[in-house]
Amino acid sequence: MADNGFCPSWIADNFDRYVDPLLQHVLLTVVAVGVGFIIAFSLALVAYRHRWLINPVTQVTGVLYTVPSIAAFFLLLPITGRGFVTATVALVSYVLLIIFRNVLTGLDNVPAETKDAGRGMGLTDRQLLWRVEVPLALPEIMAGLRIAVTTTVGLATLAFFAGAGGLGEQIFADINFKSNVVAAGGLAVALAALLDGGILLVQRLITPWTRAAAAP
Amino acid sequence: MNDFVDAIQFIFNEHESPAGGAQVGGLSNMWDLTSEHLELSLVALLVACAIAIPLGLWLGHTGRGGFLAINASNVGRAVPSLALIAFFVAYIGVGFTNLTLALVLLAIPPILTNTYTGVRQVDRDTVDSARGMGMTGAQIVRRVELPLALPLIFGGIRISAVNVVATATIAPLAGVVTLGDPIINVNTYGDEGRLAAAIVVALLAVATEVVLGSVQRAVTPRGLKLEGGRRWRRLAFALPNNRREAST
Repeated sequence: MADNGFCPSWIADNFDRYVDPLLQHVLLTVVAVGVGFIIAFSLALVAYRHRWLINPVTQVTGVLYTVPSIAAFFLLLPITGRGFVTATVALVSYVLLIIFRNVLTGLDNVPAETKDAGRGMGLTDRQLLWRVEVPLALPEIMAGLRIAVTTTVGLATLAFFAGAGGLGEQIFADINFKSNVVAAGGLAVALAALLDGGILLVQRLITPWTRAAAAP
Repeated sequence: MNDFVDAIQFIFNEHESPAGGAQVGGLSNMWDLTSEHLELSLVALLVACAIAIPLGLWLGHTGRGGFLAINASNVGRAVPSLALIAFFVAYIGVGFTNLTLALVLLAIPPILTNTYTGVRQVDRDTVDSARGMGMTGAQIVRRVELPLALPLIFGGIRISAVNVVATATIAPLAGVVTLGDPIINVNTYGDEGRLAAAIVVALLAVATEVVLGSVQRAVTPRGLKLEGGRRWRRLAFALPNNRREAST
C-alpha cells in the first residue's frame, strides 16, 4: 500500500523522470498545431475566395476530426511506421477542422462596411485580406488555436501508442501508482493551461483594438 | 496494404492467439467487444444527459451560473481523457461502474455548455411573449426554451458521444473489455487484431457522428431551419471570451 499512495515528496524526488516526456509532449503539441495551422489557414483562405470548397473541405476534415486519434495511430502504423511522424500526422489531422472553421468564421464576420472602406481607400484584394480581413478575424482565429492546443495536449497523452513517448507513457507505465498519475496527469493539465494562456496573451498583444472597443 | 487485408480477415475469421491457446478474432469475438464498447458508451452518455440537460436548462432559464456552465467545457478539454481514467483507476478503482463514472464526467461539459448556450440564445422577446400568454416558468422551459435549444443540445450530445466512443477504447486499462482490448493487449490478439480494432473503432466513431448529426437535423424546429445559416457556420468552435457577437 505504501508505494501505491500519494506522496508529494516522492514526486519532488523523482521529478526528473518527467522532464523528457514533458519535452516530447511539448514538441508533439507545438509541431502538430503549427503544421495543422499552416494547412488549415491556407485551406480557409482558398475556401474564403472559392466558396464551393467550403463543404467538401468541411466534410473531409470532419471525418479526420471524428476518427479517434488512438485509432488513427494504428491505422497509420502500416503506412508511416512507429514514431513521431505517425503521432504528428494523426494529431494534425485532428486540428484541421477546428482551425479551418474558426478562420473562415472570423473572415466572414468582418463587417462589409469595413471592407468597403478598405476598398474605397484603394486597397487591392490581397492588401485587403492581409491588412483588414485577417487582422479583424484574429479573435476567432486565436480562439480556434487555443481550442486546438488544449485538445492536442490531451490527445498527445495517447501518442505513446504510436511510439512517440510523451506524458501518457509515464501515466501508462504505472497507472495504479497515485503519485505517478497525479504528477504526469497534472503536468499535462498544467501544460494545456500554460499554452492556452500564452496564446491568449499573444492575442491581447496583437489585437490591442479589441480592448479599446470593449471599454465603455 | 497486406496489413489491412490481414486485419479485415481478423474481423471475419477466428485465429489462434499468437500467445497460444485461446481463439481470437472472428465475428462473434468482434461483436462481443463492440457490444461492450457500445453499452459502456451508451450508459455513460445517458447518465451524462440526465445530469447535464436539466442542469443546463435550469441555469439557462434562470440565467444563473453562466460562468460555470460556459467554462465547464474549457476545463473539460484541458483534462486529458487518459489522465482522467488513470486518476479513477488509481484513486477509485477499476470496473464497469467506476469507468462509467469517469466517462460521465468526460461527457457532461459539452452537453452542459451547449444546453446553457442554447437556452440563453433564445430570443428574449419570444420568452417575454410566452410569459405574456400566461405560461409558467416550467411551461416556458418545456414548450419554448427546450425546443428552440434542441439543435445546440444535440450538438453537445454529438460531441460527447464521439468523445466517449473514442475514450472507451482505453477502457481495458480500467478492466472493461471493449474494442480497446486488442489495442492494449496486442500480445493476445496480434498486430492484425490491433489494426482490426482500430478500423472498427474508427467506423464506430464516424457512424456515431453521422447518426447523431441526422438526429440533430431532425429535431431542429422547422422555423430555425428556415432561418438558414450555413451549417458549418453555426458549428464554429467558440470560446466564451472571444465571441465577437457577445458584445453586440
